[in-house]
Amino acid sequence: MATTAVAGHGHPPTTTGLDHRKVAIWAFIGSECMLFTSLISTYLIYKGRSVTGPFPHKACSPPQCPTELKAILDIPVTSISTFVLLMSSLAMVLALAAVENKDKPGWAGTGWWAGVLESSKFWLMATAILGATFLGFQAYEFTSFVHEGLTIRTNLFGSTFFTLTGFHGAHVTVGVLWLLTLYAIDVRRGLGPKDALIVDISALYWHFVDVVWIAIFTLVYLIR
Amino acid sequence: MAHEPHSHSEPSHADHASMGEVHEHPTWKQYKWVALILTVITVIEVWVYYIPSFVESRLFVPALLSMSAVKFAIVVAYYMHLKYDHKLFRALFTGPLIIAILTLIVLLFLFGHLAISAG
Repeated sequence: MATTAVAGHGHPPTTTGLDHRKVAIWAFIGSECMLFTSLISTYLIYKGRSVTGPFPHKACSPPQCPTELKAILDIPVTSISTFVLLMSSLAMVLALAAVENKDKPGWAGTGWWAGVLESSKFWLMATAILGATFLGFQAYEFTSFVHEGLTIRTNLFGSTFFTLTGFHGAHVTVGVLWLLTLYAIDVRRGLGPKDALIVDISALYWHFVDVVWIAIFTLVYLIR
Repeated sequence: MAHEPHSHSEPSHADHASMGEVHEHPTWKQYKWVALILTVITVIEVWVYYIPSFVESRLFVPALLSMSAVKFAIVVAYYMHLKYDHKLFRALFTGPLIIAILTLIVLLFLFGHLAISAG
């Protein structure tokens, strides 16, 4: 019986037969859905209601703006950062697969690429680097917005945009730190199938951060 | 029985399977295809953004929302393994998500961004 197997390894039996940590991360992700939906709702409610510029999708001319300003959102740059975050999710599932199959040498086949696929250290670091790259893009975007006169206090767009994307960026930062911690553990003692659950939990968090960005990219950046 | 240093705190892979947590996950090739599909949808999203006639049309917003929803569902189903996982996890995720989306829609009606035509 499932719970017997769990108890045999020092875990108390659970009524659901599921590990509490995984139930907890899904419950946490459910609550995070509500948090981000509230932030997205606020952005959408105030969308198009800024009295002064800069505006996200249209140019701003005097008297609304002191000087002529172009539309502030840089879609090409954000598209690249979106692609980077999507690829980080791919790297994360490959990190989890490498950890889960650590006790099955050759599970990925043969050749140099199979060697790469079997390296959990490589994929954990790749995910962290891609996450940090996304944060770099966000830092560039925030800095350029401030230089163009948009701060969190400028108008309703600035307030809701910086709050929403700032919260998301904070979550990505936590995810990168979490990944680097896992990488350090992997380097120090190695991660194996017995650690699959802790990597799975971090992967769920990371993918959630990715799906939130999928929604933000469409609702904030693409829909005018 | 001798335990490994972390066997008390971390159940083995076999234990995960017995707890209904780990089922057959997609393979590398499937993950690669999922990543390709996500990339293609993202490219299409950005591409339509630069077609003025399409942006002006009534299809623009529904098309973008649909593509975003497909990407969202693919990541949740395949990368987060919700398609393969226990139904309790599905309930824990979809329940709050549905409540959140319904709240968002109600708020948009309340603040006049959405309206139902009476005639």
